[in-house]
Amino acid sequence: MTQVNRLDGGLIDRDTPLDFTFDGRRYGGFAGDTLASALLANGVRLVGRSFKYHRPRGIISAGSEEPNALVELREGARREPNSRATMTELHDGLVARSQNRFPSLGFDLMAVNDRFSAFLGAGFYYKTFMWPKAFWERVYEPLIRQAAGLGALSGDPDPDVYDRGFRHCDLLVIGAGPAGLMAALTAGRAGAEVILVDEDFRAGGRLTMERETVAGINGADWAAEAAAELVSMPNVRVMPRSTAIGVFDHGIYSVLERVADHLPVPREGTPRQILWRVYAKRAILAAGATERLIAFDNNDRPGIMQASAVRGYVNRWAAAPAERIAIFTNNDDGHRTAADLAAAGVEIAAIIDSRPDAPASDVAELFAGAVVSNSSGRRGVGHVTLRLADGGRKHVSCGALAVSGGWNPNVHLTCHHRGRPQWQENIAAFVPGDGVPPGLAVAGAARGIFSTAGALADGRDQALAQLAELGIKVTSATVPEADDTPVKITPLWHVGGTGRAWLDQQNDVTVKDVGLAHQENFRAVEHLKRYTTLGMAGDQGRTSNVLGLAVMAELTGKTIADTGTTIYRPPYTPTPIAAFAGRSVGRNFRPTRLPPSHHWAAEQGAVFVEAGSWMRAQWFPREGEVHWRESVDREVLATRRSVGVCDVSTLGKIDIQGNDAGAFLDLVYSNRFSTLPVGRTRYGLMLREDGMVMDDGTTARLGETHYLMTTTTANAVGVYRHLEFVRQCLRPDMDVQLISATDSWAQFAVAGPNARRVLQAVVDSQHDISNEAFPFMACRAISVCGGVPARLFRISFSGELAYEIAVPARYGDAMIRALMAAGEPHDITPYGTEALGVMRIEKGHVTGNELNGTITAHNLGMAKMVSTKKDSIGAVLAGREALVAEDGLCLVGLQAIDGDHVTAGAHMFAESTPVDAAHDEGYVTSAAWSPHIGASIGLGFIVRGANRHGETVRLMNPLEGRSARARICSPHFIDPEGERLRG
Amino acid sequence: MKKLGGYSGFRILREGLTGNRGWRPAWRDPEPQPAYDFVIVGGGGHGLATAYYLASRYGEASVAVLEKGWIGGGNVGRNTTIIRSNYLLPGNEPFYEFSLKLWEGLEQDLNYNAMVSQRGVYNLYHSDGQRDAYRRRGNAMILHGADAELLDAAQLRAEMPFLNFDNGRFPIQGALVQRRGGTVRHDAVAWGYARGADRRGVDIIQNCEVTGFRIQNGRCIGVETNRGFIAARKVGCAVAGSSSRVMQAAGMRLPIESHVLQAFVSEGLKPVIPGVVTYGAGHFYISQSDKGGLVFGGDIDMYNSYAQRGNLPVVEDVCEGGMTLMPMIGRARMVRMWGGIMDMSMDGSPIIDHTPVDGLYFNGGWCYGGFKATPASGYCFAHLLATDTPHETATAFRLDRFRRGMMIDEKGSGAQPNLH
Amino acid sequence: MIIEHPLLGPRDSQEFTCLGDASLLQRPDAFAGDAADTFFDYQYLRDNPAGTHRELWYHEMGDRSWLVLTRDTRTHEILAVELASDVVTSGGRS
Repeated sequence: MTQVNRLDGGLIDRDTPLDFTFDGRRYGGFAGDTLASALLANGVRLVGRSFKYHRPRGIISAGSEEPNALVELREGARREPNSRATMTELHDGLVARSQNRFPSLGFDLMAVNDRFSAFLGAGFYYKTFMWPKAFWERVYEPLIRQAAGLGALSGDPDPDVYDRGFRHCDLLVIGAGPAGLMAALTAGRAGAEVILVDEDFRAGGRLTMERETVAGINGADWAAEAAAELVSMPNVRVMPRSTAIGVFDHGIYSVLERVADHLPVPREGTPRQILWRVYAKRAILAAGATERLIAFDNNDRPGIMQASAVRGYVNRWAAAPAERIAIFTNNDDGHRTAADLAAAGVEIAAIIDSRPDAPASDVAELFAGAVVSNSSGRRGVGHVTLRLADGGRKHVSCGALAVSGGWNPNVHLTCHHRGRPQWQENIAAFVPGDGVPPGLAVAGAARGIFSTAGALADGRDQALAQLAELGIKVTSATVPEADDTPVKITPLWHVGGTGRAWLDQQNDVTVKDVGLAHQENFRAVEHLKRYTTLGMAGDQGRTSNVLGLAVMAELTGKTIADTGTTIYRPPYTPTPIAAFAGRSVGRNFRPTRLPPSHHWAAEQGAVFVEAGSWMRAQWFPREGEVHWRESVDREVLATRRSVGVCDVSTLGKIDIQGNDAGAFLDLVYSNRFSTLPVGRTRYGLMLREDGMVMDDGTTARLGETHYLMTTTTANAVGVYRHLEFVRQCLRPDMDVQLISATDSWAQFAVAGPNARRVLQAVVDSQHDISNEAFPFMACRAISVCGGVPARLFRISFSGELAYEIAVPARYGDAMIRALMAAGEPHDITPYGTEALGVMRIEKGHVTGNELNGTITAHNLGMAKMVSTKKDSIGAVLAGREALVAEDGLCLVGLQAIDGDHVTAGAHMFAESTPVDAAHDEGYVTSAAWSPHIGASIGLGFIVRGANRHGETVRLMNPLEGRSARARICSPHFIDPEGERLRG
Repeated sequence: MKKLGGYSGFRILREGLTGNRGWRPAWRDPEPQPAYDFVIVGGGGHGLATAYYLASRYGEASVAVLEKGWIGGGNVGRNTTIIRSNYLLPGNEPFYEFSLKLWEGLEQDLNYNAMVSQRGVYNLYHSDGQRDAYRRRGNAMILHGADAELLDAAQLRAEMPFLNFDNGRFPIQGALVQRRGGTVRHDAVAWGYARGADRRGVDIIQNCEVTGFRIQNGRCIGVETNRGFIAARKVGCAVAGSSSRVMQAAGMRLPIESHVLQAFVSEGLKPVIPGVVTYGAGHFYISQSDKGGLVFGGDIDMYNSYAQRGNLPVVEDVCEGGMTLMPMIGRARMVRMWGGIMDMSMDGSPIIDHTPVDGLYFNGGWCYGGFKATPASGYCFAHLLATDTPHETATAFRLDRFRRGMMIDEKGSGAQPNLH
Repeated sequence: MIIEHPLLGPRDSQEFTCLGDASLLQRPDAFAGDAADTFFDYQYLRDNPAGTHRELWYHEMGDRSWLVLTRDTRTHEILAVELASDVVTSGGRS
């Protein structure tokens, strides 16, 4: 395939030809091309369709501001919609497709919208589609949704890996144009730790696209030499293909490095992209500037481009956008484009300079004081119409129009802390204003210094200032000689006409739309933006905002400065969601914690369940058991009949020591612990300061000044944080120290009538654990298995004679195996969280299901545990009137009758009331099949529940169309007198 | 409906054929009058809705809305557009259901297409305990006359096959669905109420900052503004994130902290996500706008802030959740992130009540749920202002509920605003 | 954000959890006659300033220190960082 528009020269590697396809057609390019430059070289002008009117769209820029040339890249699960052709490095075999067209780019049926544009102006959809009412969701909206959107996702999981990384530096330099390179050189030569990031794959910024001399050599060569020097410095890191997308608090910059986007697929073992969090003591924004277009009727035709992009394609990529190009400018920069085109041998159709005092041109016919008022051509510009200074008209034929409307500094990052740019009249552009993020300086074109010499000097000066702030001394810093042409511009924003003149080409916002917004009083800049969608496209208005503001300013009679701007937000350029997520996705979304017996449990074929961050054994199916209930019922019955064992290491364990440990616990628990004898354990109820129950658990007194608290699994972290708050923030005077011991100890519940016999087989014989020597609620440090240190607690969650035995976590696996071996004569049964849950419901113990954050001690029937004789957290606010009301919720047991089932989440109603919100009396919190009782049972809260034992209630579950009847009873279904646990 | 100046398809045709010269301002920019019966402080969604309902439902003719900047510039202009009434507690559910019913008739009421789109809100659950809690909530919704469905994994998979059911850290077990939930074009809500209120004689005064309240003998008789004193029989404040600052001028300390909530939008994409999905095992929720952008968010940044911008940890956390839940969105590009100031209350529920100062009324504490409440909040605040009694669906939103122990704490997180 | 931990130097705020207003250091006297009122104020009412805010942060993924930050809620600028226990011990519970 011939590259019809390919010129000589350029910074492409003609020894490395590349093949690619666009919409299925094969084309050729070279290494160093972007998809955009290669398409232009191949004479392809039509690359996309606009959002609303499906107008033909071509490439208008050579950078990340591109609003039009958005394509789908790659295939299968790697399909990337909305990729800017201007930022896509060509690689061999690259596959690109146009988007938002049907059936084809050249013939798009949706282009019919363009015919009806009179009815589809700004915000038309707010005024219609309302009748008949049902049609919005059934007819109009589905049609709109299908038509909207640009590209399409593949629908498949992204197969690539993304990383996040952290880097630190003295000075971050953003942008490797003349200002950025000079800043990095100055700082690097001074020995500072420097990171230089640039979104391009080649350093130099505009220098790569200009025909300029720096230090006596070609500007692009000077940039390459500067970059090479920087790369050679050990204290400097140069990051190409890396975009600073956001400035966050305290000098944290987010930088997206596109590691592998220039390759067909990422290299084995490497990520596609890395999102760096750069901690920079200081930073310099040298992001350059973006050339504006000028609005005129039908200014959106393919081939109408930024003049700077036209000469960039010619100079850097040796690709002429067309054989014959016209130039439309309001400033001197347009003439530079003319000179470069002439030098490259491209035919210049005309120079149309809107300034009557335009400088003479020796390279082409000049129309001073003239404007381009219209364009024509199918799928691309063929002619432009000129309105001449004398009012006459003239048609000029051309395949491209290079438009130069002045330059907008790329101030975006300076606005990320809600800073507002300020208008600078002499360059007719916004420059950084108030509210620039602390530590960030701006250099070069990004602050309106447009000449190369000025940018180089400013890069040095800003670096020197930042180095001085950092205390780094600089001996000498010279700046190479370069072009120093001043800016001469006479603003021209739009050319009046009767047709449509585009401002935002991606979202199809025209001058008329701004007029309508003005007419309808959407005049505040934010109203303008939101009503017309001006600047809401993927470029955040980089090519459109200032034009739109200028048009609104004209209409309101205000200055542009008074009209103000909308806020630029991160990210600077669109950034894949996957890059923000990095590797913390899928199964690695959150850490997975495994209890000490996990591997043993896996060997037993346990079924596991997520319990917060833990994986816990849910039940241990035996051969022949097909339903989980069979396994769970067996585990419950075996435990109650003989003995069972369960890993309870996940419960929070907090070691509390110090002379004031007892007093500390008296403060954090509702009930008293300072009086607990050494060697004993007590149930503790912990309230939040607002009087709601925070957590419960047992706390053991291991020594005079040493306690060990247990918390629920779910609240282990929160309770620890709370205790540290009380210790450090409320009572730093207390002599008490805390440490989390959750991960230090493996702990197993051994429960059932034979529990003591099993334990006696593993506990070393010098420790007497008989009922007399080691009664219910006893605790003691012991040893097991011949000298392994251990702790034994006689506590019971199941209601059986039960112990919890703890050994250092590294012995956990050995301990479970030893317990299983010791229990073999008693047919010891491992049980999982389901059986644990059944037994605790049978015993009436509450867990997270009940302790939902809105429950008081009163609701639990534990009001008496809240001591009023001492100060404890939550006691005061627990006494508020509504929290102690007589008709409050009470914890009750529920036993289904008539073979019905108790369902957690059902609401409770008295026997003969209407089933509605007004008669709702409570809800079921937990439910289980009790193999012990032979019925479905549960726990729940119901008003006045303590006085309603024996009453039948209806458990209503309209959500699933079910209801059941149950009898209210004591929550203690099993052994209410507690004889088993004392046996 | 088709009266002069009304919006309709016919009108669009007529205007389109005559150069679109007949469209009038959606609202006027009047000079403030010296006195009104009602002054609403805050030209956000709630303030504009309050004025609209005062005029349209309570027949009040002398109403002004004072906005320090441009109307609709607060949270109504920077939210993730979700509407739903899937609340658990009796203090909340009737109110939010009332709001949803108002949404359902909003466009015809306002003659403004705010694109109410009831595409369903799906709250995913990942454990038995979470399912049980959702069952309790779903039942509460139905008992209050709302709609709810509990889907298991197979049913959910049939509707949303793209979710990561099996390879996420926390498997998806199912979802609580409210089909009547969905999204609304947020800016249009502010504009629709503004236009509706303006057409009924309400003065909407932009660039008018309230700097203080004039209080005589315990009664508020008007507001001081940067455009002079404006007298009022009653003053209602609906200033969301600025609640503490504004009410401080009346000598009040509130059970409210201001926090930043971030939100995110992607480039326009062809339809991929049918409804609103919230992840039950991480901080992530998402919907797709009519324009094609994925609109998503997560948790607040956790620290007090008036800065209207957040930081990276939450951005990353949200995207981690999103990628885990629906890994197909990885190559979609985020185009913008932004932050709003949330008036986080001490129990996560709002306040619509009179204050200790006669003639001064307060509407706030919406946390990050204020958008969906907009119609009912406006209606109930208007009711309170007009009648001095709480609307029947908003009786629980009292200022003294904390002192009396009648918190409306959906999450059970207690008196820590950043946990709600 | 970066928090200058008084013991550990600069740390990313991601290592911390934020509790809120440092007035929580001033827990009232539970036995005073007006405890119901003072505890209500303590637990529920906030100045919520737009500007300098003293607030409690906890180094959850670090050394478990509770810190008092003085931070501007409009700009996020951190003006001071102290150990909460030092603040309380020095009597500066304000």
